[in-house]
Amino acid sequence: MSAASEHPILDPALAPPFPVGALPMLRNVQLRKNVAHAMDVIQAKRARLVAEKTDWQALRTAAAAIKDETLAHLGEYLEQFEERCTAAGGHVHWAADAAEARRIILELLRKEKADEVIKIKTMTAAEIQLNPFLEAAGVRAYETDLAEIILQLGKGEPSHIVVPALHVNRSQVREIFARTMGIKDLPDDPKALTAAARNYLRQKFLEVPTAISGANFLVAETGGVTVVESEGNGRMCLTLPKTMITLAGIEKVVPRFADLEVMLQLLARSATGERMNPYTSLWTGVTKGDGPQNFHVVLLDNGRSSILGRKTERQTLRCIRCAACMNTCPVYRQTGGHAYGSVYPGPIGAILTPQLYELRHAQSLPFASSLCGACYEVCPVKINIPEILIDLRARVTDQERHTLGKFFDPMYVGLRAANVIFSRAWLFHAAQWMGRLGAKLVTRRDGWIHALPSVGAKWTQTRDLRGLPKQTFHAWWAERGTASQQVGGSASQRVGDAASDPTLSPKSGEKGGTTSREAR
Amino acid sequence: MRASLFITCYNDTLFPETGRAVVRLLERLGVEVEFRAAQTCCGQMHANTGFRGEAFSQAKRLVRLYADAEAVVIPSSSCVAMMRDQYPGLFEELGNENLREQFRALVPRLWELSEFLIDKLGVEDVGAYFPHRVTYHASCHGLRALHLGDRPFRLLNKVRGLELAPLANLDRCCGFGGTFSVKNGDVSSAMLTVKLEDVLATRAEFCTALDNSCLMHLGGAMHRQYAPMKTIHMAQILASTQAEALG
Repeated sequence: MSAASEHPILDPALAPPFPVGALPMLRNVQLRKNVAHAMDVIQAKRARLVAEKTDWQALRTAAAAIKDETLAHLGEYLEQFEERCTAAGGHVHWAADAAEARRIILELLRKEKADEVIKIKTMTAAEIQLNPFLEAAGVRAYETDLAEIILQLGKGEPSHIVVPALHVNRSQVREIFARTMGIKDLPDDPKALTAAARNYLRQKFLEVPTAISGANFLVAETGGVTVVESEGNGRMCLTLPKTMITLAGIEKVVPRFADLEVMLQLLARSATGERMNPYTSLWTGVTKGDGPQNFHVVLLDNGRSSILGRKTERQTLRCIRCAACMNTCPVYRQTGGHAYGSVYPGPIGAILTPQLYELRHAQSLPFASSLCGACYEVCPVKINIPEILIDLRARVTDQERHTLGKFFDPMYVGLRAANVIFSRAWLFHAAQWMGRLGAKLVTRRDGWIHALPSVGAKWTQTRDLRGLPKQTFHAWWAERGTASQQVGGSASQRVGDAASDPTLSPKSGEKGGTTSREAR
Repeated sequence: MRASLFITCYNDTLFPETGRAVVRLLERLGVEVEFRAAQTCCGQMHANTGFRGEAFSQAKRLVRLYADAEAVVIPSSSCVAMMRDQYPGLFEELGNENLREQFRALVPRLWELSEFLIDKLGVEDVGAYFPHRVTYHASCHGLRALHLGDRPFRLLNKVRGLELAPLANLDRCCGFGGTFSVKNGDVSSAMLTVKLEDVLATRAEFCTALDNSCLMHLGGAMHRQYAPMKTIHMAQILASTQAEALG
């Protein structure tokens, strides 16, 4: 186990670029084992439950359509939500950015004279870095989700959006609980650990009258809010406190209550591999004598509306935060979440984070993918993540390519040169010839290249490269072109062996990009 | 049937034996093969690295070059995926209607090699002989962009003498990803190591695929590690006969 890997930075403005952020993770054997194991378990459960749905693809299509319709009329649906939620006794606040959302929440807490608040797991609150802000303002936030408790007590950072503490193993959890809760002989079996967490939590549930939640869905038609969770701690937070403040991204709205039928089926199966998540809480405004009597919803933009205007990228806002993309991602599998330098890791993080910051930060994330497409295949709302990654790469490249540093960057120089080379066949062939000369200098006697200079060194750090063959394909074709005509006969009679014998063919050379069979 | 071979830039330069095998295979099956010497690159490398304008000019060049081809056969699934998935967007944004029309007409005539054999020619048994234990690596683009499905297996199963070794985690990426392998060289290497464990565990003599880019990645690591396995493009297996063995 790596003893002291640096504390991960999940602020895109401060985090190192992905290739650098990934390094400590790649060297953290324990982390890679934990992540791979957790991903295997979740993926197997998901695959089993998806397979039993014969209408899975139809559900995905329906969900994408619901979200697209919502996004096409987002303003109207949000106003409808505001109107219905207000009519039901709730209060709706609009926050343009993280700072405004934090300020609104703090003001609400001040009005309640709250110096403590309990929280349901919410990635949106992590996005706006709410906890440290409240702490600095003298309000102590207590997480109530088991994984979030582990991270809060252990001073860790989330590495996954559904199972945020998956990088922490059981014995590490035991150590954190024993130390922070002052339990001396805490065994490391899951039962004992959850019991310890429960004891710690019960007290808070009974004492603290103010709670903060996120939202999985906002329903425009009813003004209702939906939160799904596995532990029931969220349900406690939603029922016991006097005051509830729900923070939700503006893309969380769906038009109709009936849309939840589609969304909830997809979410539970995609996220945790369950037919239905154990706790689904739905509430609308305030009900006298039941649940929180002060209810506030803070609608957060924080860069989201800037994504709306782009046809391809707009799909990003369909996301229902199920994490299926990171569970299946071969990159995430090796690096875990912290490498992404954001509370949103994995493929969805690689497209969402840079867009939330309007490409001012996290420009390395769109490149943190081999474009294998596994994310798109599992996405329950059919976000074509590879397509968006490529679009974002183009935007980042457009932004960077004329800067002095990038203009002379070997890869940029190489790609510009390659473009010229590929524009004419004779240039391409000349470049191949020169490449072969150059390669000779680095090719070993075994015919392989073991070390390349410049950007190529990143290739040869772990792989060899076969030396360039003496004859390119087009040169071979030019040679044999005439020969095969001499052989003649119908195509079906030729078996290729005579035709492919270079000794039969006089040098013919390629002229002006013609096809050597044109004469036939 | 007259097939125009788009060999791709890196096969032309680095893997000419794959192109020679495609020619031999197709001619054995009665297909007349032509090669348009003006061809260079499909633009994938530029597109996937964010050089959209450059990718567009190469895409345009390719579409113009093959506008009158009866069928274009391409022994590289990622290049075919580039054309089918990315050309429409590039042409929509940067092209004119004439080019879009030309491309729409060309799309049904673009064939990845295994598609061409099975869907166009209707053959599974290409008369190949390859007496070795072989495992098949499904390239991500072949698997998820082209949906090649069981086509590669149907072809391999008919190769005489070939013993097919199943590969665990068939759908997992090898970590190549074009410039990703250099831009994120460390992460790519970690992915490669994990993939190679599964590949080597098959105890096959050869690892084959329909994409030399993955094979260059896997083969480069095999060579570096003195692993007891080689890589070979599937065209070379299918071109191989009892009379003339390749490999």
